Amino acid sequence: MVRDRDNDEWIKSLQAEGPIRESALSDLRELLFVGLKSALKSRSDFIDPMLDDFLQDSLIRILEALDQFQNRSRFVTWATAIAIRVALTQLRKRQWRDVSLETLVADTNFEPEAASDELAPDRRELVEAMYHVINTQLTEKQRIVLLAEIKGMAQEEIAAQLGCSRNALYKLSHDARFRLKQELVLVGFDSKSFAAAFNG
Amino acid sequence: MPVTGEEIQLILNVIRDTQAVEIDCDVCLMQVGEFAEDRLAGKPIAEGLKAIEQHLLICPECREEFEALCEAMNALENPES
Repeated sequence: MVRDRDNDEWIKSLQAEGPIRESALSDLRELLFVGLKSALKSRSDFIDPMLDDFLQDSLIRILEALDQFQNRSRFVTWATAIAIRVALTQLRKRQWRDVSLETLVADTNFEPEAASDELAPDRRELVEAMYHVINTQLTEKQRIVLLAEIKGMAQEEIAAQLGCSRNALYKLSHDARFRLKQELVLVGFDSKSFAAAFNG
Repeated sequence: MPVTGEEIQLILNVIRDTQAVEIDCDVCLMQVGEFAEDRLAGKPIAEGLKAIEQHLLICPECREEFEALCEAMNALENPES
């Protein structure tokens, strides 16, 4: 039978050696099995035989990160969050592994006139201003990241193809978004105008 | 091929929610458990977790992971269901 523990006991048991550690690892594996199976049920690309690999990789990652646990949630919640990151990262990598970032962005562009037909005249100005900033104020790398993200490409895959870490990618994306926002605010647009350019 | 209207709206949505200072995905991962527990308990969002809420608005992958975590927590709380 699986035994839950309080946070201190989980940490001490997993840092111990011998049977105490083995028992804690076995119980944690069982709990993660239940959690992951439910967490991934909505992914059509997930099949049960993948669970063993996900659990193995998750336990390694959790043990490596034990000293980062801040006791701000239940230990099992924290560990499950890590297991979900591990599993979804692997599923996303499989989904995007044959897609070239170069091809994906080469096929798409920010042409100022492209969306005009779909827009009310008062909103065309906003989109044209946004395209202007994207095409003149952002770097090539920032434009690529922006495009890849709106196409839904996995961040791990974008980062891998750009040769950077997921966090470096996040910074690149943040810099692009913040620059875009600053420039649009400077020319008179506000959060309200961003909200529903296409939704009426 | 030009970006679609839906994609333009996606960009505008993330621009609207972008802040000067944001946390990254690794920081989110370390704290999202606390955020999820509070959310499932119906508690208001604590000041210290507002950055998590903002990150989940911006980052679709962390948002997917948060929703999956809520599913997992429900399954762990109610193993029979």
